[in-house]
Amino acid sequence: MSKLLAINHTLCFAKGFSRSRLNVATSPFLISGGSGYCSKTCISYRLKFTCYATLSAVVKHTPAFDGKEAALLVDELRNNFTTGRTKGYEWRISQLQNIAKMIDEKERCITEALYQDLSKPELEAFMAEISNTKSSCMLAIKELKNWMAPETVKTSVTTFPSSAEIVSEPLGVVLVISAWNFPFLLSVEPVIGAIAAGNAVVLKPSEIAPATSSLLAKLFSEYLDKTTIRVIEGGVPETTALLDQKWDKIFFTGGARVGRIIMAAAAKNLTPVVLELGGKCPALVDSDVNLQVAARRIIAGKWACNNGQACIGVDYVITTKDFASKLIDALKTELKTFFGENALESKQMSRIVNSFHFKRLESMLKENGIVDYIVEGGQTNQEKLKISPTILVDVPESSSMMQEEIFGPLLPVITVQKIEDGFKVIGSKPKPLAAYLFTNNKELQKHFVQDVSAGGISINDTVVHVTVKDLPFGGVGESGIGAYHGKFSYETFSHKKGVLYRSFTGDSDLRYPPYTPKKKMVLKALLSSNIFAAILAFFGFSQDS
Amino acid sequence: MEDMKEKVEQELGEMRLTFKSRKTKSVKWRKTQLSAIIKMIKEKEDEICKALFQDLGKHYTEAYRDELGIVQRSATTALNGLDQWVLPKKTKLPLLFFPAKGEVISEPLGTVLIFASWNFPISVSLDPLIGAISAGNTVMLKPSELSPNSSSFLAKTLPSYLDPKAIKVIEGGPDVATLLLQHKWDKIFFTGSQRVGRIVMSAAAQHLTPVTLELGGKCPTILDDRSISKDIKTAVKRISGAKWGSCSGQVCISVDYLLVEERFTSSLIDMLKQTIKSFYGENPKDSECVSKIVNKKHFLRLSGYLDDPRVKASIVHGGSTDEEKLYIEPTILLDPPLDSDIMTEEIFGPILPIITLRDIQGSVEFVNSRPKPLAIYAFTKDDKLKTRILSETSSGSVTFNDVFIQYVCDALPFGGVGESGIGRYHGKYSFECFSHEKAVMEGSLVPEFEARYPPWNAFKLSFIRLAIVEDYFSLVLLMLGLKK
Repeated sequence: MSKLLAINHTLCFAKGFSRSRLNVATSPFLISGGSGYCSKTCISYRLKFTCYATLSAVVKHTPAFDGKEAALLVDELRNNFTTGRTKGYEWRISQLQNIAKMIDEKERCITEALYQDLSKPELEAFMAEISNTKSSCMLAIKELKNWMAPETVKTSVTTFPSSAEIVSEPLGVVLVISAWNFPFLLSVEPVIGAIAAGNAVVLKPSEIAPATSSLLAKLFSEYLDKTTIRVIEGGVPETTALLDQKWDKIFFTGGARVGRIIMAAAAKNLTPVVLELGGKCPALVDSDVNLQVAARRIIAGKWACNNGQACIGVDYVITTKDFASKLIDALKTELKTFFGENALESKQMSRIVNSFHFKRLESMLKENGIVDYIVEGGQTNQEKLKISPTILVDVPESSSMMQEEIFGPLLPVITVQKIEDGFKVIGSKPKPLAAYLFTNNKELQKHFVQDVSAGGISINDTVVHVTVKDLPFGGVGESGIGAYHGKFSYETFSHKKGVLYRSFTGDSDLRYPPYTPKKKMVLKALLSSNIFAAILAFFGFSQDS
Repeated sequence: MEDMKEKVEQELGEMRLTFKSRKTKSVKWRKTQLSAIIKMIKEKEDEICKALFQDLGKHYTEAYRDELGIVQRSATTALNGLDQWVLPKKTKLPLLFFPAKGEVISEPLGTVLIFASWNFPISVSLDPLIGAISAGNTVMLKPSELSPNSSSFLAKTLPSYLDPKAIKVIEGGPDVATLLLQHKWDKIFFTGSQRVGRIVMSAAAQHLTPVTLELGGKCPTILDDRSISKDIKTAVKRISGAKWGSCSGQVCISVDYLLVEERFTSSLIDMLKQTIKSFYGENPKDSECVSKIVNKKHFLRLSGYLDDPRVKASIVHGGSTDEEKLYIEPTILLDPPLDSDIMTEEIFGPILPIITLRDIQGSVEFVNSRPKPLAIYAFTKDDKLKTRILSETSSGSVTFNDVFIQYVCDALPFGGVGESGIGRYHGKYSFECFSHEKAVMEGSLVPEFEARYPPWNAFKLSFIRLAIVEDYFSLVLLMLGLKK
């Protein structure tokens, strides 16, 4: 009980969210405002959509999902897992195909929900979330047979005669807790991995993106096997109830603070965790770059990436004193091309997710004297939850903007004398989820790749490394534990079981007591895989003597 | 304790500085350390075996087989494999990203902490250490205080062989462990019990430190006598060797209990008795080949199991104990109650319960009704049973027709699942266990297609739709304006 309280207490940060969610769901302004946004879609859908939002508010008011419910849910899923249903290739492939079908058929609804939750522009939603999820799913469908095949490994002379293989097996019943910034991608992509690996899954989407959350709950029950794949909607109480259960893996995307709570809860049951966290991802920009390309790619990794509300988004830029003004001019120019003269009104950019985060970002700007460092933007519109693309130069290191993950459209530019000094700035902060470098200097590239520790690195680009399914995606240090994407997702949700087949021949007494000096000699040779010495030892010669 | 606190802080600071100097990142440094471990094993063989004898009464040969030999082997494997392991792994990128290239680079995690256990105090200390060094980390090792001679040997000897600024040994019990856990590490590798495993992981959560937990569990052995009737003697010998021949059953992958068909029990018990006799003679208590129980606490735990009257009634062989010598006779039980402590707790000692089943196929259900073990052993030639065990049960590893041997197979990952642990090591997996796999994508600054950037329009959406499925032909058509 005391632990439960502790979790509730520490989660109070998130609790603010759940309250604001209630507001979002019940406020007439947002419901009507929401349907107002949907200018491009059919009316019937819009109506249906409003209906979901109301529904989620109703669910919220009935305290249906508590510890007892959670225990029943896990029991049910565990029983269904134990029947072996999810282990077969057929079940996995059919569920994956259903996900692909769901994405194809419901693309419109998904885009709508993302617009509702974040005003995410349709194309951005498609590029960052829908197509990415779809291609993960298609890859899993294509490769599943290969992934599932046991891996034969070589055995050594010590274990001769034998054969060995590594068999992947599902972990059991797993919990996926996802985030609000890419509420579709970050929910479905881990679920694809969990299903591919043959697990039963419970997904808890973020309550801060309520439209996507209720859409997922509806679509999953419509398209996927209800007996083994479930969505539980809710905020802190529901999450606490879920965390109180024993899972075979917990996959969490979110902030470091909640990550600690998740891992501590998991420790109680020795449950392995994957924590996909964030951090301040730097972009180091050398002066020899193609200015326009660099500026565009930084914008793509900041404002065109959910308006900076992305764990791999560019958090701050480091460049040389001499080059800073050129870079900032280029950024300004490209910002205009992308978002027009009045960026605050632009439809090409997501909004801030809710008023809590809006206020958080606003207070960063309102901090003592920070406003003096603004060289671009700085306008805010609380009603529409919009903050214009804002660039600041050399804000003090002690400001919260340089101490915390920004997660929004503010971009501090830090200037250094020599580009190499940028390494010190990066090294003085916790390891980020991603680090970016723009340069044509091969030496500098090499130096950066070797010496900057981060979850992942893109040279001369931002964010794209995440879309490559052959690269593992995950943090290190403060930015997370574990990795996924492509085959790594499959492995994250699998246990690699070592299997050794032995025959009954080749048994020798030297393994067993009573122990004699000769036995030791032979063993010594055998264990170091020295057959020659072993044979000698059998006949009573030793190389040692 | 204040002194200790200061010492930990100072040593941790020094290790972080060493890591920052990038010294441990060089492959040459790593190889030097690995070679030094091999050198130490060779030069200090007698001293190590003496320490192991004092701590656990381990016979010289047993010590060599289970500890020195294992360490030497691991270090040699790492030394030979390292050049290959550190290479970046190239990955394929979609044509769309041309001319970018992608690769995965293994980088050291930083400063790591290793907690070793007392049952194999040398190998369970040095085996993970080899992994941590191969991956280029600085390491703090805390050997178990329950094997004090081995612990002080390591504390005394390691600094003279290995780089003392990068690799440190700290001795102590739970108070020192608590102190260590208050600090931030880049990885914690723990071998020991589930209870302490939970404590370690909770402490690690505060710093978001990844953990590898090598725990244990009740490892079942399934003996399908019908299908292996010709080889039954070998099977019994292997089982006996695993139960009694290695540290008196104080092994996380030991045979915990035996599952067998009812009708075979009497001949099985006869064979087991004979094997015990052939190993240890008429009076095992006098044999030099029996390891002692590590300490009084564990002795009392084990003799306590036997004191349960229901369990006592199930003894069919052995059962004698000697508190002064910390000796427990190799003991066989027949069908002790399944709710008795000996069948719910990990035994970790020289007592072997035989559980009888009507049909050996029922062993799968029996195993599944209990927490996932670190290992399952099955002696069978029945392919159907093999398949069932493989696909229907879950465990750290499965070994058919032998015991323990999976531990020395470097190509197999060693580690638990569920209650038996988190993470894996051995061979290349040890290297991976202490590395971060960093995804790197190197692009050029050649300007690319507009479709990535706002303002968004229908053309860009079509472009991305095609690009994502890598339909390059349609993509070209679209670019030429030939496709709607």
